[in-house]
Amino acid sequence: MTDWRVFKHLVRLLTPFRRSILAAVFLGFLTIGSSMALMGTSAWLIAKAALHPSIAELNLAIVGVRFFGISRGLLRYLERLTSHHVTFRLLKNLRVWFYQQLEPLAPARLINQHSGDLLTRVVHDIDTLQNFYLRVVAPSLVAVGITIAMLIFAGGLDLIVALALLLFLIVSGVILPIVAWQSGKKQGQTAVQIRANLNIELLDGVQGMAELLIFGQAQSYFAKIQTRNQDLIRQQHGLAHRSILQSGLGNFLVWLSIGVLLWLGIPRLDEIMLAPLALVTMACYEAFLPLGSAFQNLGSSIEAGRRLMMLVESDLSSPDPASALSPSNFDITFKHVGFQYGPDEPAVLRDLNLSIPQGTHIAILGPSGVGKSTLINLLVRFWDYQAGEIQLGGHALHDYSPEALRDLIAVVPQNPHLFNATIRENLLLAQPKATEEQLETVVKIVGLDNLIASLPEGLDTWVGELGHTLSAGERQRVAIARAMLKNAPILVLDEATTNLDAVSQQNLLKTVQLEMEGRTIIFITHEAPKGSWMTTVIRAET
Amino acid sequence: MKVDRRLFFELGPVRLLFFLAVGLGLINGLLVIGLAYTLTQIINNVFLKDATLTDVQGLFAWLIGLAGLRLIVQWGSELAALHVTEHIKTSLRERLFSHLLQLGPVALTQEHSGELVNTLLEGVESLDGYFRQLIPQLFLMLLVPLAIFWVVVPQDVLSALILICTAPLLPLFMMLIGRWAGAVGQRQFKSLSYLSAHFLDVLQGLTTLKLFNRSQAQIKTIGRLSDDFRVATMQVLRVAFLSALALELLTTLSIAMIAVEIGLRLLYGKMAFEQAFFILVITPEFYQPLRNFGASFHAASAGNAAAQRIFELLETSPALATITEAIPLPNPPFHIEFRAVSYQYLGRERPALHNLQLELRPGQHIAIVGPSGAGKSTMINLLLRFLEPTTGQILVNGIPLATIMPEAWRSQLAWVSQKPYLFNTTLLENIRLAKPTASLDEIVWAGEQAGLTELVAQLPNGWQTPIGERGARLSGGQAQRVALARAFLKDAPLLIWDEATTHLDSNLETQIQTAMQRLMQGRAVVMIAHRLHTIRQADQILVLSEGQVIEMGTHDFLLNQHRLYHQLVMTYD
Repeated sequence: MTDWRVFKHLVRLLTPFRRSILAAVFLGFLTIGSSMALMGTSAWLIAKAALHPSIAELNLAIVGVRFFGISRGLLRYLERLTSHHVTFRLLKNLRVWFYQQLEPLAPARLINQHSGDLLTRVVHDIDTLQNFYLRVVAPSLVAVGITIAMLIFAGGLDLIVALALLLFLIVSGVILPIVAWQSGKKQGQTAVQIRANLNIELLDGVQGMAELLIFGQAQSYFAKIQTRNQDLIRQQHGLAHRSILQSGLGNFLVWLSIGVLLWLGIPRLDEIMLAPLALVTMACYEAFLPLGSAFQNLGSSIEAGRRLMMLVESDLSSPDPASALSPSNFDITFKHVGFQYGPDEPAVLRDLNLSIPQGTHIAILGPSGVGKSTLINLLVRFWDYQAGEIQLGGHALHDYSPEALRDLIAVVPQNPHLFNATIRENLLLAQPKATEEQLETVVKIVGLDNLIASLPEGLDTWVGELGHTLSAGERQRVAIARAMLKNAPILVLDEATTNLDAVSQQNLLKTVQLEMEGRTIIFITHEAPKGSWMTTVIRAET
Repeated sequence: MKVDRRLFFELGPVRLLFFLAVGLGLINGLLVIGLAYTLTQIINNVFLKDATLTDVQGLFAWLIGLAGLRLIVQWGSELAALHVTEHIKTSLRERLFSHLLQLGPVALTQEHSGELVNTLLEGVESLDGYFRQLIPQLFLMLLVPLAIFWVVVPQDVLSALILICTAPLLPLFMMLIGRWAGAVGQRQFKSLSYLSAHFLDVLQGLTTLKLFNRSQAQIKTIGRLSDDFRVATMQVLRVAFLSALALELLTTLSIAMIAVEIGLRLLYGKMAFEQAFFILVITPEFYQPLRNFGASFHAASAGNAAAQRIFELLETSPALATITEAIPLPNPPFHIEFRAVSYQYLGRERPALHNLQLELRPGQHIAIVGPSGAGKSTMINLLLRFLEPTTGQILVNGIPLATIMPEAWRSQLAWVSQKPYLFNTTLLENIRLAKPTASLDEIVWAGEQAGLTELVAQLPNGWQTPIGERGARLSGGQAQRVALARAFLKDAPLLIWDEATTHLDSNLETQIQTAMQRLMQGRAVVMIAHRLHTIRQADQILVLSEGQVIEMGTHDFLLNQHRLYHQLVMTYD
């Protein structure tokens, strides 16, 4: 994606806010205009007073000085409020937009995306994008306005002086920033990349700490983080040094331009205008000095924008059917189904035939890696099969929208995700309007009632990140309770009880089966459950 | 303005550089006075003394020379501040990470890892503005205006009075507003961290959300959280803008006051143009350091909140007490004794282990069984030294474990955990973790022992295949096998095995059992297992219930007791 395309994309994101943006830019122009006017009028006032005219000739200037003394502060305040308001509304739009783009891609397209990396992208890149408006678009527009105002002012005095001024403004507002930006571009990209890597490594280090400690690798991992941090600091140093030089040169140009303008002005101008010229020039640079960092921000904004857009720009297949199908029964049939995860990946399913009539409690057995979980991914349309057909209630799976299918099927995956919220909130995910009684029922079915009774905060106990304050077995029970609460006609337990001891596992399954009488259970496991309670047992082989 | 005092201590090791930054900053201020003076001379000479361009040539040379000198001085000052900042950022980030290692994995499960990483990366990063700008400016804010005041006094006492009267109002005003904004800034940082943690959680749980058809509903939540963030941030900013408004108003009003006042006195001949114009040029420079400080305020409020979090983490005491005098680890075999060990997790009513009394004799294969919540994992965490007993102690060959360096102790352990963590790197590197010096052959051997050969053949790049975050490419059973391979590779005398085979299917399990038997030979083993048939050969089986050992003995012995173990076995078979 070219810089220009990303830039256009970013500008397009601003269009809904164009009125507020124009208002903020205009306020910004008036703010700097005020301080130019303040310094210019003051200088003129003093120069004029030195010639001892009558007080009447100074009155207007005195009023002007007082007015501009007040207006600047107020205008700046208004400008800041307006522009930041725009920025944050823009930020919210960006976050929601990003999530909306990302959501359909899960989990099929995200298997190779690290969630730590995603986190950096979303939070950091989107934060970076706020600079695009605040530090790039708005100041550039203000600078254009100020340039025009300065040309009118200086042009009224003398054409040569005005041209010299224009030259200086172009050098300090355009050439210097562009040189700095272009020369720092590569380093900026490297810095962003290193920062993303550091983020992934820190996340690995924090989450995988137990392994690091046990294998005595904590120190060497620490050294790795140290090196990466050094790399980051080195890249940042290059960038910071460049901006230090640039701001120093900017300040130098201010005085150089005052010198040059006076040099040119002394033989050409009415001498009373020398003082105002010097001070107005000094004041106008307020619009140009920040442009250096604006261009650096443009670079990182474009990088951030590019990464966000590349991530969500993958094409999506299978338009979902609009019609809401409601099946008359819940028989599931696999007919000659074939599937592979990608063109370069091995085939996972080949010519699979399987019939699961409604109400069957079926166990699907087989060694790991044989494609048992894949069956489920196909059933809920996370992926679509490439050959044969799967039917539910006599209709092809493709005729259902994924949402409609997922309403019919409750899945407890091998590693269920618990959200960092309370037990209650984790359960309510399945059915936001569930009553207290319904919650109590499912909690009892999965045998969590004792635990919850023993917790001081009961159902409102916080489960911690990834449910870590609960044991693995408790997490699985919560996940099963959540699936039960969904009250779907088909329940899939994908290795869902592996962390329970044999006794608990059996008791749990018994209760769940009783509860699911007449409804379908698909129990995926690598070994036969004890007792002959399953209606059907299928042994899957490669 | 509240600056966390602990941040000043961070300056300690680099104070010379810091003073250099401030000193050069002051010289920079003095050079501006020189520039203003030269400018005044040029204009005064031409305007009132009818000097020609040639007459003021020398002054122009001065002007450009001073500006050039200023370029160098400013560069030096900011470069010094940059070095100070880099030093502090590195030092804080390194200390923070190594402190997290001290806190240990069990303590950290209480924290959001997204939030921790955010503090380590963005939190430390947000101190940048603090050390590069705010703190140097804090000093310059006092020094530069004083210098200018000192220059203005001989020129015009009345203007000097206006300056000196308005100057203290600015910091006073900033202090008042700053105190209020500090609390808001902290809230903003928390809300940003929360936003990060929430995003990570949502992204990791996206599959689950989709399964429950709840992923669309999250859009609203994200919108709401972003709005909350906006409201929180705008609160901070409004305060910052208000202080900026106060600063601007005071500055521009003083300039206006001075301009009018000197203009009028000039008119009545009570003052010379030369002095008047100099004062007008220098007045904005008088306020500039104060305004710079005000502008950095924004950066500082995020930095201050981040600093609080950083120091809060640094001041959390680690899971293990510091060992002042480490006793060398005794040689294996180990005789491990739990002497009245109790452990209670924070916020739980019952202790996880209660007065646990037991002996693990050297070289034995010991199995721990018991219902979930009996305290098996806690016992392992104590053995791994992720936790320290609340009361009681663990002895190794008679030496308290608490006096042995954890690193030394852990070097003697191999661990196959319930939920092994896989790093975001290749399969090969994930196994190599157990022994960084291992050759490729050794790793391949370990992988074979763990039954990984078939998997490797299927992976696109074999051993070199990246396995994604938390081993996203691998199934639970495959992850278990990686953990087994690590244990094979580490080849430690004491093996701790936590439900290692729960995810493995029967065929493969048989293969691994054989290899496992080989691995266990000549080593002590402590294992937790639900799969009771894997532990029949164990020398001793401990039956744990509610934090205590209720039965102990061999399989046959326990079976004849007809108590909990018998019950467990009966259900299992």
